Amino acid sequence: MSETAGGARAEASAYLRIDRLTKAFGNFVAIRDVSLDIFEGEFVCFLGPSGCGKTTLLRAIAGLDIQTRGRIDQGGRDVSALPPDERDFGIVFQSYALFPNLTVARNVAYGLENRRASRGEIARRVEELLALVGLPEQKDKYPAQLSGGQQQRIALARALATSPGLLLLDEPLSALDAKVRARLRHEIKALQRRLGVTTIMVTHDQEEALTMADRIVVMNHGVIEQVGSPDEIYREPATAFVADFIGTMNFLPGRAEAPGRVLLGDLALACEAEDLAAGEAVTLAIRPEDVVVQEPGAAAANGFRAEIAELEFLGSFYRASLAAPGLGEGLLADLSRNLVRRLGVAVGQTITVTLPVERIRIYPEGVGRG
Amino acid sequence: MAETATAEAPVVRPKLGRDDWILRGFMAVIGLYLVVALALPLYFMLSKSVATYSFRLDGYELQVDRGGGWGETLNALDLALAQGLVEPGAQRAAADERLSPAKLFPDFSFRAETRYRLRNTEPTEGGFLVRGEAVTSTEWQAFSSNDFRRVALRPAPGLGLGNYLEYFSTPALFRSIFNSLEIALISTVITVSLAFVFAYALTRSCMAFRPAFRVIAMIPILVPSLLPGIALVYLFGAQSMVLKVLEALLGAEAVAPLWAWLRDGAYGPSAIYGPTGIVISEVFFTFPHALIIIVTALSIADARLYEAAVALRARPARIFLTVTLPGARYGLISAAFVVFTLVITDFGAPKVIGGQFNVLAVDVYKQVIGQQNFEMGAVVSMILLIPAVAAFVVDRQVQKRQVALLSARAVAYQPQPDRRFDSLMLAYSLAVALFMFGILAVCQYAALIKFWPYDLSLGLANYNFDVMDGGGWASYGNSIRMALYSAVFGTVIVFLGAYMVEKGRRMRLGRAGFQFLAMMPMAVPGMVLGLSYIFFFNDPANPLNFLYGTMGILVICTVTHFYTVAHLTAVTALKQMDPEFESVSASLKQPFTKVFARVTVPVCAPAILDIWIYLFVNAMTTVSAVVFLYSPDTTLASVAVLNMDDAGDIAPAAAMGMMIFYTNAAVRLLHAAASHGIHRRTQAWRRR
Repeated sequence: MSETAGGARAEASAYLRIDRLTKAFGNFVAIRDVSLDIFEGEFVCFLGPSGCGKTTLLRAIAGLDIQTRGRIDQGGRDVSALPPDERDFGIVFQSYALFPNLTVARNVAYGLENRRASRGEIARRVEELLALVGLPEQKDKYPAQLSGGQQQRIALARALATSPGLLLLDEPLSALDAKVRARLRHEIKALQRRLGVTTIMVTHDQEEALTMADRIVVMNHGVIEQVGSPDEIYREPATAFVADFIGTMNFLPGRAEAPGRVLLGDLALACEAEDLAAGEAVTLAIRPEDVVVQEPGAAAANGFRAEIAELEFLGSFYRASLAAPGLGEGLLADLSRNLVRRLGVAVGQTITVTLPVERIRIYPEGVGRG
Repeated sequence: MAETATAEAPVVRPKLGRDDWILRGFMAVIGLYLVVALALPLYFMLSKSVATYSFRLDGYELQVDRGGGWGETLNALDLALAQGLVEPGAQRAAADERLSPAKLFPDFSFRAETRYRLRNTEPTEGGFLVRGEAVTSTEWQAFSSNDFRRVALRPAPGLGLGNYLEYFSTPALFRSIFNSLEIALISTVITVSLAFVFAYALTRSCMAFRPAFRVIAMIPILVPSLLPGIALVYLFGAQSMVLKVLEALLGAEAVAPLWAWLRDGAYGPSAIYGPTGIVISEVFFTFPHALIIIVTALSIADARLYEAAVALRARPARIFLTVTLPGARYGLISAAFVVFTLVITDFGAPKVIGGQFNVLAVDVYKQVIGQQNFEMGAVVSMILLIPAVAAFVVDRQVQKRQVALLSARAVAYQPQPDRRFDSLMLAYSLAVALFMFGILAVCQYAALIKFWPYDLSLGLANYNFDVMDGGGWASYGNSIRMALYSAVFGTVIVFLGAYMVEKGRRMRLGRAGFQFLAMMPMAVPGMVLGLSYIFFFNDPANPLNFLYGTMGILVICTVTHFYTVAHLTAVTALKQMDPEFESVSASLKQPFTKVFARVTVPVCAPAILDIWIYLFVNAMTTVSAVVFLYSPDTTLASVAVLNMDDAGDIAPAAAMGMMIFYTNAAVRLLHAAASHGIHRRTQAWRRR
C-alpha cells in the first residue's frame, strides 16, 4: 500500500505534498520520514493517540515548528523553510487563541488590516464572515462574553477572513462539551464543503474523524499507519494498531495452517489472507458486530459453539463475551435486542457463532491489545 | 511506505522571516545590555580581587660612583636584606605603594657628590618612576644624588590569592563574616515570625481594618533602609526620647540608672548601637517583603483540607500544625531566604546604627570610600556574594517545588468570625502598625524640631538642605529624575527582555542564557554591583568610560540592580497569555509587532504598571549600589540621607528621608489611580 495513494485522484497533482518529513526535538523523533499528498478541496483528518506526532505534523505544515528534514510543497510552491507569515493558511487552535482585549469584530478583522482594504470593505467582510458562522449580532462583544462554541466559531471566522488556501484545525472541538461538539462537527463540515477550502484537522477522537473527514491519516509513534476513507479505515484496517484504535476489535492469537487457513487452538477457520506460511504465529482480528449468531439448524463456514460468559446491555444492542476452546481470553460479539429476545440468549447458554470469512483480518503475531 | 523512500531527505534550514530578525535583534541588544551592565562588571571585580602587587627587589641593579667611576653592580634585594629593610620572600605592597632606592644606602645624602645609576634586570611592568615617568626598560639610568632621592620603585602587578590571605589573616576584617551571619539569622527568625502572625491575621481572621493594615505594612518599602536606624538613634540614642519622656513622667532620679545602662553601649554612644539596633532596623525594613510572600502562601490554602480536618474532628491546634503550617511551608522558607539575603546585603541600617559593629556590606564601603583599598573592597564583595548566591540558589529550588503544590481546583478558604481570636489578632496588628508609624513619626518630629533635646521649637530649618553635606535640594531633584528614568527605561527593557524569553521562536540556548542573566541580579548585593561598576566603567580603556559619573550610569546600575523581580513580574504576566497569539497573528500575515502592541501590551498593562512603580520606588530609596557611583552633579536624596547622617546632621537626614517617603507615597497613590483608570479602559474585556 502506498501512502501517496488517493484512490482515483492519485494521478491528479496534489495541493499539499509532504515528502519524507522528519522532525526531531533533540534525541526525540516526533515524526519520522512521513510522506503524504493532500488534494484541493479535501477534508483530511490526522488521527492518533496523544504523542503520535499529528500535531507536530500540523505545526510543520504551518511553519510554526519547521521540520528537521523533508520537503513541503503547497500549491506547487516549495514552502519547506518559510516562516508562517510567508505561507498561505488559516489556523484554529484548541484554545481558539482569540485576542481577549479585542471585540469579536476586531478579532475577525485582525488579518484584514494592513492590506490596503478600506474600512468599509473590512466592515463588510467582517459582517459576511460573522453571518457565515452564524453569529452576526455578536460583533461588539468580547470573547470572554461568548460561550465556548461561539468562541470556536469566531476563531474559525478569523481564520477564514483572508480566504486562505489551506485551513488547519488543531483539535478545534476538544474543549467543548459533547452536545455542542456534535453540532459544530456538522457545521464545520458543511461550511468546509460550501467554501471548498482544503482542510486538515488534527484530532484524537475517532468519531470526529469518521464523521467529518474525506480521508483519515492514522498516525502512531511518528509514522503513518494508514491513509484512507473513513469506510476503508474502519472496514479494512491496514495494521493491528489501526484496527484497535478505531472501533472495537477482537484479537485472537492463532497459527497459520496453510494459505487461507488459520488455527485457533484446535479450531480451524478460513480467511482471505493467502500469504500465510504454515506454522507462522498470527493474530486473527474481527469486530464484535461482524460475529454472526447462527440460527438453530442452519450451517455455515467458520462456525463453532461457544458459551455466553457475560452479557452486557448497551441500549440498542447487547455485547456478549463468548468462551470457547481456542478463543483465549474470549470473543466479544454484538447481539441485536431482537436476536436476544428471539433466541432467549442468556448467560451460561451455549450458542453457535460464525466468523464470516470476508470479515476476518490477519495480522502478525503479538500485536493488538495485551 | 517508508521502504519506498530512498535516501534520507535533506536537512531543512528554516528561513528567518522579518519577525525572526527583529526578535533576534532585540534579544541581542537586551542581552548585550545585561552582559555590559552585569556580567562584565562582575568579571572585572573578580579579577580585581585576585590582583596583587609586590616589590620585586631582585629585579633592580644599582651602581654607585663616588668619584672613581662606576663601582661593582649591586642587587637591590641584597642591599635591602643586608640592612634589614625587608624579610626574604615576595614583598607584598599596595598598588600605590612606592619605595625610594635611596633607602638602600645607609650613607645616602642628597648633598653628596655621589652619582647613582639604576636599571631593571629585565623588562617589567613594575619598574621605577623618574619624575612620574615609568621606566620599564633595562637601560641604565644615571642620577645625581639629589635626583636619586626622587626616584621611586614601583610594585609589579601579579595574580594570586594574596588579598584573600590578607583578609583571612586580619581578624578585624573576617570577624564581619560572623557578625553579618549573626545579624541575618536573628533578623530572619524575628521578621518571619512576626510577618507570619500578621499574615495569619490578614488571611485567617475576621478582624476589622484588614485592608488598611495591609497598606500600612507596606510603608517600609517606601523609605530608605537608613531611616529606621535614624529613628532608633532618636528613640534610644545617647539623648533617648524614650528616657526623656520617662524622666518627665517619673522624675530624673528614677530614670538615672536607665540612663547609665543605656549610655554604656558596647559598640557606640548607647546600647542601641550594634546588633540590637541593626536587627530592629532590619525587621522594619524586611517586614513587608516577608509579609507579601507569606500572605500569598496562606491565601492559596484549600478550604477543602480544612473541611476534611474538621470532619475528622481535629482540634484547632492540630489543624494548625497539620494543615496550615505545611501549606505555608514553602512560603515561609522562601520568605526566610528573601529576608536573609536582604539583611546580609543591606548597607543602610548597619551604617547608621551599627557603631563599631562591622558587617560585610559596610566593610565594602569602608575599604573603598574610607581607605581607598579597592582590591580589599573587591575581596569583601566576593565574600558577600557567597551567602547571597547560596540563599538565592536554594530559594529557586524551593520555589520550583512550590508551583507543583498549587491546584487549580482549590477552593478559597473563608475565615469564620471568632470574637476572642479576632480581637487578639487586631491587638497584634495594631502593635505592628504602631511600630511602623512610630518609626515614621519619630523621624518626622525630629525633622521639624530645631535641635533635640535642647530646642524643641518647630520649624523648617532642617529642610534647608543646601547648607549641608549631601548635595542639597538638587539631590532630591536628581533622585526624582533618576527614579523616573529608571522606571521608564527599565520597564521598556525588562518587558521587552521578558517577551523575548517567553515568546522568542527557536534560539533555545540564547533564551536560556538570557533567562540566567536576568535572574542573576537578585543574587548580587547592591554594594557589590556598585563597586564592580567602578572597576568596569572607570577603566580609562573602556569605551563606555564616558558614562562614569553621569546620570546614565546611575540609571543603568539601578535598573540592573532591581532587574530580577521586575523580570519575573513580566514573565508571570506573559505566561498567562495564550502561547498561540503569535502563531495566529503570523498565520494572518501580520507582523509580531502588531500583536505585541495591540494585544500583549494592553493585556499586560497592569503588570507593566507594577514594574514601573517597583523600579521607581526602589530607585528613590536605594543607597547601596549608587553610593559608589554618584558625582557632585548627580548626588541623590538617599545618598544625601547617608552623608548628612555621617556628618552628624541627623535631623536633616531624617527630613530628607521623610521627603523620599512622601514622594514615594504620592507616586504610589498616582499609580493606584492610573491603574484604576487603565484597568477600566484596557481591561474591560475581563468583565463578563
